[in-house]
Amino acid sequence: MSGPATTPSAARSLIGGDGHMPKQATWIAVGAAAVAVTALLLLLGIFAWGFFAVGTMIVASGGIYFWSRTVEDRRHAKDRVVTVSITSAFLLAMIPLVSLIWTVVSKGINRFDVAFFTETARGVIGEGGGAAHAIWGTVIITGIATLLSVPIGLMAAIYLNEYGGDSWLRRALTFFVDVMTGIPSIVAGLFAYALFEIFFGPGIRLGVMGSVALMVLMIPIVIRSSEEILKIVPNHLREASYALGTPKWKTITKVVLPTALAGLVTGIMLAIARIIGETAPLLVTTGVTDSMNIDPFDGRMQNLAVYAFNEYKNPGVPPEPSLDRAWTAVLVLILIVMILNLGARFVYRRYGTEIR
Amino acid sequence: MEEERKEMMESSTQDRARREADAPVAPSLEPAPAPSPSGKGWGSHKLDNTAKTVEAKGVDLYYGDFHAVADVSMTIPPNKVTALVGSSGCGKTTFLRAINRMHELTPGAYATGVIEIDGQDIYARNVDPVEVRRLVGMVFQAPNPFPTMSIYENTAAGLNLNSSKVSKSEKDEVVERSLRGAHLWDEVKDRLDKPGSGLSGGQQQRLCIARAIAVEPEVLLMDEPCSALDPVATLAIEDLIQELKNNFTIAIVTHNMQQASRASDYTAFFNLEKSGDPGRLIEIGETTKIFSNPEKKETEDYVSGRFG
Repeated sequence: MSGPATTPSAARSLIGGDGHMPKQATWIAVGAAAVAVTALLLLLGIFAWGFFAVGTMIVASGGIYFWSRTVEDRRHAKDRVVTVSITSAFLLAMIPLVSLIWTVVSKGINRFDVAFFTETARGVIGEGGGAAHAIWGTVIITGIATLLSVPIGLMAAIYLNEYGGDSWLRRALTFFVDVMTGIPSIVAGLFAYALFEIFFGPGIRLGVMGSVALMVLMIPIVIRSSEEILKIVPNHLREASYALGTPKWKTITKVVLPTALAGLVTGIMLAIARIIGETAPLLVTTGVTDSMNIDPFDGRMQNLAVYAFNEYKNPGVPPEPSLDRAWTAVLVLILIVMILNLGARFVYRRYGTEIR
Repeated sequence: MEEERKEMMESSTQDRARREADAPVAPSLEPAPAPSPSGKGWGSHKLDNTAKTVEAKGVDLYYGDFHAVADVSMTIPPNKVTALVGSSGCGKTTFLRAINRMHELTPGAYATGVIEIDGQDIYARNVDPVEVRRLVGMVFQAPNPFPTMSIYENTAAGLNLNSSKVSKSEKDEVVERSLRGAHLWDEVKDRLDKPGSGLSGGQQQRLCIARAIAVEPEVLLMDEPCSALDPVATLAIEDLIQELKNNFTIAIVTHNMQQASRASDYTAFFNLEKSGDPGRLIEIGETTKIFSNPEKKETEDYVSGRFG
């Protein structure tokens, strides 16, 4: 470093360091780091994409720091190193996601045809067949679970936020709801099985049992998300309503809930997305079947997650068609979740209220 | 019909002219000109005079263990504007909120003493606070129209939320009457179905006033209604307050001494000895007297800006 460091003036102190780095400094650093890491890995004979990605990230962060430190000042160096590291952390986090979607789409596209949506797996050993029964099962089981969970969860959230105050009951409920969000899903399945077994005897398998199991998983999620949304409805709106002589229940139904509507719907959609892919609890409650069954109160019912699991675990002869069907089932499941999320976003855009 | 419309237009331009003209001077204290001499047609758009006297006798207000306001006895006369002034934390807003039993909505808060409206104690055992709030409307510090509702729905909110059986025509009439009463009709009549949050701050506050007067309360409480507004919007609201006192009893909390002297007929001065003590009513009297020749030295110090 050189420069007139001995003549401090107001203008001088505004300039950090003496030099300028090129505009694309970050890219140059990353590119150089990539080349250096590749060379090193090839030299050592241990080239792998994982090493390459992590190595480039570390070398680029360090390199840009020392480069900037010598040309610019300390603050710019820190700024650049943090920019490079958080951007690479984001890219690293994207790798598994993109890889997963790529795998599912490339493998699932083989059987993404009309037959998959119209035919069942009944009597299918090799090629052909479909998952119509599993798609219907998923929709029915998840639908009933949602119908059961949303009113209970929403009303519980209203109690917690609007009526609970600071009572011990509220604190206890909040605590147990938090605990419930963490229970393993298989426990929910076994709970539903044990419950129905009392009334129907051992070996019982019903679609609605699956819904009850999913309900146990879904209610705490709905409560938590709804409570958080209700919490951010500003109190001055409630007061404005009270000041008009409105009773509390009408304030909640006509002012608080409409204001929070978009957020509530988003929370519910996310809760559905969370439970729609559950496999373990459904395996023990709704069982496995190859036939179409749309009556949740009558016998086994298939769903997409269990279908994919079963096609993979017990493939036919030859196994490839079964594996293809499993991948397509996963692809359909992801598409359903995606559509639900898009729906939630649409609701938010269309009916969302700016909460102040 | 044609004539009526013309009169309507005239009166609305008058309103606007008045609002624009009186920027630096205090708004006139005389009642608003009667819009229609015939009393027919949009005579029905006039608000009824529902004002009642509020009388507080030995009111003490608490937040849990904290004694916020001590031993307030005062009369808020009908068809007058009574300003509550005093430094922050002296309990004027707390006292205001006690008049429509909003005070007790804060967890742990309670009140002792008697507040009578038209001779009836609103803290009597069998009184329903919801009914009290129908008679005592409130306008808050920051404009708070309901974000999910249109301008029309906001104005009619009191009707929609309270009584289910109101005909559309009746509702239309109440909405127009209230919006006219709040000097907002001409600005919003073409976009009643638009959200209330799209209005400017001053318009939103007038919308909140329209919402409050739509249920025809007897008393209108205003908690620093202009503190979030610019001077022009503030004068519009003050002007409006002068008109509203023809129909309601008005109590207004304000930190703005000029506003208290401009807009009120009576002024009540609250103060506390030191932080942590309950606020007390120091003096109440005609505004001109409080501001020119108060009885207590504290009052004089405060209104003349010597402390607080």
